[in-house]
Amino acid sequence: MKTLQKKRRDVNESFHLLKKRRRPGEQFIESTLVISGFLSIFITLGIVFELGKEALPFFTSSDFNLVKFLTGTTWQPQIKLFGVLPLVMGTLITTFIALLIAIPFGIAIAIYLSEYASFKLRSTIKPTLEILAGIPTVVYGYFALSFVTPFLRTLIGRDIVEIYNTASAGIVMGILILPLIASMSEDALTAVPRTLREGAYGLGATKIETTFRVVIPAAISGLAAAIIVGVSRAIGETMIVALAAGAGPKFTFNPFKGAETMTGHIVRVSGGDLSYDSIDYNSLFSISLLLFFMTLSLNMLSQWVVRKLSEVK
Amino acid sequence: MGEKQEPLFTPTLLRRNRSERFWKILLQFSTFIGIIILVVLLLNIINQSFGYVAIGYKVSPAEIVDPGQNLEKLSVPQLAGIIRQRVSPGLLKQLEKGKTLEHYSQTELVKLVIEKIAKPEIVQTWSFWQSLRMREEIRREVSQLPGTRLVFFSWIRPDILISPQSSNPLTAGIRTALLGSLWIILIAMLVAFPLGVGTAIYLEEYTGDSTLNQAIRTNINNLAGVPSIIYGMLGLAVFVRSLAQLTSGAWLGLSNSESANGRTILSAGLTLALLVLPLIIINAREAIKAVPDTLRQASYGVGATRWQTIWHHVLPNSIPGILTGSILAFSRALGESAPLVVIGASTYITVDPANVFSRFTALPIQIYQWTSRPQPEFRNLAAGAILVLLALLLSINAAAILLRNRYKRY
Repeated sequence: MKTLQKKRRDVNESFHLLKKRRRPGEQFIESTLVISGFLSIFITLGIVFELGKEALPFFTSSDFNLVKFLTGTTWQPQIKLFGVLPLVMGTLITTFIALLIAIPFGIAIAIYLSEYASFKLRSTIKPTLEILAGIPTVVYGYFALSFVTPFLRTLIGRDIVEIYNTASAGIVMGILILPLIASMSEDALTAVPRTLREGAYGLGATKIETTFRVVIPAAISGLAAAIIVGVSRAIGETMIVALAAGAGPKFTFNPFKGAETMTGHIVRVSGGDLSYDSIDYNSLFSISLLLFFMTLSLNMLSQWVVRKLSEVK
Repeated sequence: MGEKQEPLFTPTLLRRNRSERFWKILLQFSTFIGIIILVVLLLNIINQSFGYVAIGYKVSPAEIVDPGQNLEKLSVPQLAGIIRQRVSPGLLKQLEKGKTLEHYSQTELVKLVIEKIAKPEIVQTWSFWQSLRMREEIRREVSQLPGTRLVFFSWIRPDILISPQSSNPLTAGIRTALLGSLWIILIAMLVAFPLGVGTAIYLEEYTGDSTLNQAIRTNINNLAGVPSIIYGMLGLAVFVRSLAQLTSGAWLGLSNSESANGRTILSAGLTLALLVLPLIIINAREAIKAVPDTLRQASYGVGATRWQTIWHHVLPNSIPGILTGSILAFSRALGESAPLVVIGASTYITVDPANVFSRFTALPIQIYQWTSRPQPEFRNLAAGAILVLLALLLSINAAAILLRNRYKRY
């Protein structure tokens, strides 16, 4: 009896010893893992901090006025006019045109793939969409400039459509985000349980009625998230607008005229050799900060939509 | 029995079936349009990268050689004689800096004669479709221009890969851009891959579903959605400006610390590393999550420590997934241009990058710059470069998919 207890104690002790044994190699590895884990938070904070720091001289300069910054319709740093509205306007026009194309087509493709297409057809179209999504944006910019713009100019008229115009950039941007919206929506639609569809068929609904009345309402959170992510992508898209939308911030509602977006402006101004501490340099960071918060809030909104609405389901 | 009896629902059923057919056709049509767009996009690029080119010479090649002789068949001394005779003394001195003309190879000399004496210039270009359709008209038009030659030109050709950037579209290539891209991707990979996989391991294996873990996850998802140009601005502020001493190589004495310029390959690589980091983390987490828990339990059961379990069981089983995701992330980085423009990729670089502290250009940047030029021949050149880029990306992605299909177990 005594020996057994002793044995048990021994085992326990050796177990504790094993547990306590120092393993410097593993400790080192684990601490590097912890550090890399916190790096992501650090990067986010770093983005805000750095953009803020570089934009600070601009925000505190005597020429800056928040009201004028957000409502002014002229952006000309040379003569100290800092109204960001023309750039925001350019972004909004291109994004709007892009969504006009990408939402109907993207969701239609998603519905077709998830509800109508045969397995074989789906397994050929989905990779095609993925190819479309993997093409670099500069190639889309090339497409806008060398195909869509000439096409629009012959279709509508050379006097109306300028060589650089937001319509062409917006259309191609729509093509760019179409696969994104289509594949995210398709995922949302296929995630709807089959039993829901069977229930609707059992009541005598046709396929399209089932889709519109049952499947889409059930998947609405996923569809909304897809669209929001699409908007965020369109706002941040750079190369297409840099190539096709034109240079020089102009406040215009006409999609056939050239206008500069926030991203296009950043690329054009920083493309030249920009000297640090100039008002140009600092004002670029103020635009970036604005852009960052716009996309960040959209991304958070999409995550919130998914969480909030999928709880209802 | 024979009496027709209309069921009550027939009137609406007809309408409903009609709407069913209508919507089905509409949906099919939309999908069809989506595919057409992809085809048009590719056709447009192919259309621009082949076609007739009318080349004019400053001095026609027929004038350079004696009648009856073929330039390409001349011997080395003959070619050297021609060059001595026709080239300005300054240029000759420059050419003979390293070795005398006689020590060049015959093909090099032929190239020199064409480049320095004949000086070909593009008069006009036609797209592939135009070349096919209006062949006779183009021939007639060109035959009226004295001293011009019409050639069917393929803008994507082996030469484009080995010749450096040049202001003459006939000789310009993407060599420097391609090398720049490869350097940048290499650096991004070396930095982002270990960091990203490390973060994924930490998040999946070491932390539970705590609030902190959730915060980090949300954070990473948000980072993946930040526009690439913002990363460019971050890189400009941090790597190019604040860390100029480090990224310009001044700390190694490679450049003057007074005039340290951080617009280097190293800055670009680090910036793209930040850009792909969230993508790698997300993909690696999915791959690690897919490893069944039973494997871990079995490993712990035989007394392995946590790290031993990860190293010997979790990682070997998830590495195909991690690699596939990472390859896709890097193929995205390869096509990325906006952050590189912001960081200050130079568009006109004619020498190969020597080390990570060299000024750089990249393939997408080159395409961007050629596309934005007003001369149409540069558009053709850009189309050729795009085909190279697309071929590169397609093969990388195909490799990733093959890898996934070959090794994926979970």
